[in-house]
Amino acid sequence: MELPPISLISFGYWDHDFLKNLVKNVSHELNIEISIREGHLDVSDFYDANRRQYNANDMLRQIETYFSTNQTKTLGLFNIDLFIPIFTYIFGQAYLGGRSGIVSVFRLSNERYGMEADDKLFMERSTKEVVHELGHMLGLIHCYDTDCVMHSGSYVEDIDQKSSSLCMECRAKLVS
Amino acid sequence: MNKKISILIVDDEDSVRNSLYSWFIEDGYRVECAENARTALFKLESDNFDIVLADIKMPGMDGLEMLRRIKARNEDAIVIIMTAFATVDTAVQALKDGAFDYITKPFDPDDLSHLIRNASVQIALAHENETLKGRVDVLENVEDLIGNSEAMKQLLKQVLSVSQSNSSVIITGESGTGKELIAKAIHSNSPRKYFPMVSVHCGALTESLLESELFGHEKGAFTGAMYNRKGRFEMADSGTIFLDEISTVSAKMQIELLRVLETKTFMRVGGNKEITSDFRVICATNRDLKQMVEAGTFREDLYYRLNVVNIHIPPLRERKEDIPLLTEYFIKKYCTSMNKPILPIDPTALMHLCELEFPGNIRELENMIERAIVIGNGKRITSKDLPLKQNFLNTAVESLDEQEKLHISHILNKYNWNVSRSARALQVDRVTLYAKIKKFNLSPPFKKDFTDI
Repeated sequence: MELPPISLISFGYWDHDFLKNLVKNVSHELNIEISIREGHLDVSDFYDANRRQYNANDMLRQIETYFSTNQTKTLGLFNIDLFIPIFTYIFGQAYLGGRSGIVSVFRLSNERYGMEADDKLFMERSTKEVVHELGHMLGLIHCYDTDCVMHSGSYVEDIDQKSSSLCMECRAKLVS
Repeated sequence: MNKKISILIVDDEDSVRNSLYSWFIEDGYRVECAENARTALFKLESDNFDIVLADIKMPGMDGLEMLRRIKARNEDAIVIIMTAFATVDTAVQALKDGAFDYITKPFDPDDLSHLIRNASVQIALAHENETLKGRVDVLENVEDLIGNSEAMKQLLKQVLSVSQSNSSVIITGESGTGKELIAKAIHSNSPRKYFPMVSVHCGALTESLLESELFGHEKGAFTGAMYNRKGRFEMADSGTIFLDEISTVSAKMQIELLRVLETKTFMRVGGNKEITSDFRVICATNRDLKQMVEAGTFREDLYYRLNVVNIHIPPLRERKEDIPLLTEYFIKKYCTSMNKPILPIDPTALMHLCELEFPGNIRELENMIERAIVIGNGKRITSKDLPLKQNFLNTAVESLDEQEKLHISHILNKYNWNVSRSARALQVDRVTLYAKIKKFNLSPPFKKDFTDI
């Protein structure tokens, strides 16, 4: 099965080198070309003052309605704190087998947890989360293999435990 | 995991239903939703759900009333109550009415996963009881265990019988025979299949790294320990831990392993809190552990703790009849992953493969096929694509008879079992060659009649 093209849209201010390396890493993991462009969205529409977070469900619907096309898988990249009603926070979400997804790197930096900044680790976590959500968009569900990038993770330590690659089984599912 | 656990989500809020639906679908569950208690009860009349996840506050019938009605029909039903407004009274009431558990929105994703896991244990136990009552001997997740040989059939029988118990297993076999695949098959056919199988390659880690990997560590336990980290024993809770190359573990780690296996408790490196984990252990080694025990390099008590069941995987050279099937499997695997059409293989090339000794076993065969597909002409796999330069004289075989048998077999395969041509090559007459074929009980590696032209 040939994988569809993937479009990453960054919202807000991003370091150019960070985005370039993120695209390179994700492209390497999934063996697919990824295009990146800048997008604009007024995220204040999705802000919940009680929770002081942004509603990921509504943002995902925006991506689906205004940014996605039938020809590509589109992932929105953000740096704001996301939530869905049932959870305290999420790192990202996507439509399973669908054309849209979102990822936020807000909770992936060490500084968020009162620790010293680590750019390399931040890039690793960001790569894993993007590959993970793209995996869902390509039809993959969570994997029981704790090393597989599709293994579910609620905490940043869980993200650190897994690799940024798909296990053989998940990879085989992608190409079958 | 082949049998999907089913979940019914009952909540009057669209956003809650949709979020939970997406979350559970991504985890591989079968999920349906109901926007109120009456719809949920209606669905439950015609469909079985392993878990019901219901909000307390709903218009019309509330979650507690619905819980009572569900339990009245089926006392074993697993109902988890969720609410945004936690009070001790409602929690106590829900549990008194038979709720499996109670969770407050919004929750940490890990809390929900943990809750569903606990419920899954209950379901797994219930399924295990049903399975034991009317067992059908069908193995799951053994598609990668290829072979029709007697050795393979015996191996699969062992996998089936051992998977139903909780016993520790040591899998022995040369490198590249598929020990991890066997471990996965055991796990996938066990009651623990709903939970992780965690692998640790003991041979690849130093003692201190292995300790941290197995037991986890607390933040600050050593230089570079920036945060708390769960160890593999913790991750394998309710599941299976696979310890590969167990023979490489140091004497100090053997003592620690023995203690964990006996007590199922441990502490993280740098920690002081005792952690309990319910895991099943499967080990693998290509060494003779009994010999290591006798030599004093492996603890006898640890050996007996681990070696409740031993599964030995024979080397590929002892089941050559499986080579054609394995070859076909790897061709399909790599052609598919490289987006190429499935390539045929020349019969001569296949025969040559069947003659090889494969000291690297299945991994060696797999590498050969992958390489052949990459470097080949893209139309078929031929002998030129395979690294067949090997001394067919097997120096491990000392007897003249065995050497003669191997050589005759090689020549027959080379000439596609044409007896006349083979006899000319061997410089003997046909009658002598037929006598040798009968003496050594030789036959073609795959279905083919002799030709005598």
